[in-house]
Amino acid sequence: MPNNILIVAETRDGAPRKVAFELVTVAKQLAQGMGGKIEVFAMGSNLASAAQALAQAGVSKVYVADDAALDASRFAPELHAAVLADAIRAAQPAVVLFGATGVGKEISARAAAKLDWGLVTDCTDAKFENGALVLTKPVYAGKAIATVKAKSLPAMVSVRPNIFPPVEANASAAPVEIVAVKMVNVRAKVAERVKKAETAVDLSEAKIVVSGGRGVRGPEGFEPLHALAKVLGAAVGASRAAVDAGWVDYGTQVGQTGKTVSPQLYIACGISGAIQHLAGMSSSKNIVAINKDPDAPIFKVADYGIAGDLFEVVPALTEELKKVMAEK
Amino acid sequence: MNAESTFSVVVLIKRVPDTETRIQVKDGKVNTEGISWVISPYDEYAVEEALRLQEKYGGKVTLLCLGSEDAKETIRKGLALGADDAVHLNDPAFEGGDAATTARALAAALKKMEYALVLAGKQAVDEDNAQVAIRVAELLDLPHVNAIIKLDLADDKKSARCVREVDGERDMMETSLPAIFTAQQGLNEPRYPSLKGIMGAKKKPIADWKAADLGLDPAHLGAAGAQIQVERYDPPAPRPPGKIIPGDPATAAKELVRLLREEAKVI
Ligand SMILES: Cc1cc2nc3c(=O)[nH]c(=O)nc-3n(C[C@H](O)[C@H](O)[C@H](O)COP(=O)(O)OP(=O)(O)OC[C@H]3O[C@@H](n4cnc5c(N)ncnc54)[C@H](O)[C@@H]3O)c2cc1C
Repeated sequence: MPNNILIVAETRDGAPRKVAFELVTVAKQLAQGMGGKIEVFAMGSNLASAAQALAQAGVSKVYVADDAALDASRFAPELHAAVLADAIRAAQPAVVLFGATGVGKEISARAAAKLDWGLVTDCTDAKFENGALVLTKPVYAGKAIATVKAKSLPAMVSVRPNIFPPVEANASAAPVEIVAVKMVNVRAKVAERVKKAETAVDLSEAKIVVSGGRGVRGPEGFEPLHALAKVLGAAVGASRAAVDAGWVDYGTQVGQTGKTVSPQLYIACGISGAIQHLAGMSSSKNIVAINKDPDAPIFKVADYGIAGDLFEVVPALTEELKKVMAEK
Repeated sequence: MNAESTFSVVVLIKRVPDTETRIQVKDGKVNTEGISWVISPYDEYAVEEALRLQEKYGGKVTLLCLGSEDAKETIRKGLALGADDAVHLNDPAFEGGDAATTARALAAALKKMEYALVLAGKQAVDEDNAQVAIRVAELLDLPHVNAIIKLDLADDKKSARCVREVDGERDMMETSLPAIFTAQQGLNEPRYPSLKGIMGAKKKPIADWKAADLGLDPAHLGAAGAQIQVERYDPPAPRPPGKIIPGDPATAAKELVRLLREEAKVI
């Protein structure tokens, strides 16, 4: 069997999600040990331009399943998993890489069961060592790090977004192959997309995250955080206390029972730093804490802390950034 | 399978360390001493939803748990919440497996059980695999809906409408029944056990099933059948101590921006 690596690229609104280009970096790292070609598979509708972008990511080939029935707004896990499994059978890779997004985790699990393959979820590193696929995977929400081995190949891996740098899609274009879509009997499907994602950048993919906790005191309290996020081009997250109070949507919750984020910069405002919150953000590259209690546990993980009232510090920070950005 | 007589819901539950627990790692292993164990939080939402369905439609709630003998205590917690009975996949042959072997055992158990639908957590908060319930659905050729925050059954209980929240998007999904649903935070507010519930749980039946009861070859189960194996555990890399920036808000903000630009180089 060839030692090829297949990347399953997710798209949103006709463009590949950033994690797809990060997966190319992972694949290149694996290919150093494995040899083999790097190929990409994308499924959805109206994928012509997404396919072109992926074809220029320095890969050997792009397979595309392009059909109105595969549009994200009509998501049907049985169909998507079946189409994916067909593509994997045809491409015969040794390793399949997914982004560990909500959808990526879901379809990889169903396809893995269909093909009876092993799957390691939400990895932060993937290497090919002494003939074996070795993965690094945070467990217990990051309180421990597991080193995991696939005893045999083929196997599937989902990789946490924002860990690896994305490749630039500026290589000469690889061939794009349109694959036939075989319909299956579907019982569960999206009837209606109730709410579109607010931003193109998902919280888990954002470079900078500004989060608010109980200290913001109410839905209006998030306004200065949004203003700061706007200047920084950041996504806005929250602690569970803020979510439970109904100030913001659950989709913004960071932590053990929310999203795991690892941005370049995480700014925690009015968040105490409970162990379940830390679990979701302590792999951020830089952490800033703004909290009026100098003994708050969040300061133990912060690289930079300001012990003060967030309603004074956050606007001051926004102003200072505006000044600095204008100078640039 | 789809019993006409009783409306049965099976809930998959897993025993995990309480999320408050600090995980201690020693010699490549997780030190389980002093850990307090709970039903995985997402599974709690699943149990709660099953109990609410039972309150509405009658019938029976059965817990299904794969785990060592110690998991009995966790199963009793679920029974104390109000579930009627439980099946415990309790055999060393099941242990040390991966998501695939666990799903294989659970699917084989479900084949012997009656249910109108199956509920589970969207992931267990120990290994955060987020695979097992979906794999079970595929193995049983059942539809699944992942990460639901709302579940409504049709009057004839032959189909369901649910809302799920994934990657910042919210979808209304429909499925025929039987199906497997995985619970996301927001589905409901789990109840606490009552004293009466805790007392009553001691008398509720828990059936122990072994690999042989499921007609499964131990070579395909647990550590023997697992393709994915944990080699070792390590503590996460410690973070270097940080700086507290002094001064009034404007001064501190200014200094923070300077540090983020010049030292951290992130903006
Ligand atoms: C099973 C389980 C799962 C959980 N999962 C999660 C999860 O995924 N994510 C999560 O976040 N939590 C989670 N929690 C909850 C967690 O234990 C904490 O309760 C929660 O994180 C606290 O949120 P907080 O820091 O916003 O609130 P608090 O702990 O109340 O802290 C508020 C902070 O704001 C500060 N503050 C107040 N006013 C100001 C001001 N004007 N300026 C500056 N600072 C101010 C205070 O000093 C305080 O430190 C979970 C809990 C359980 C049991």
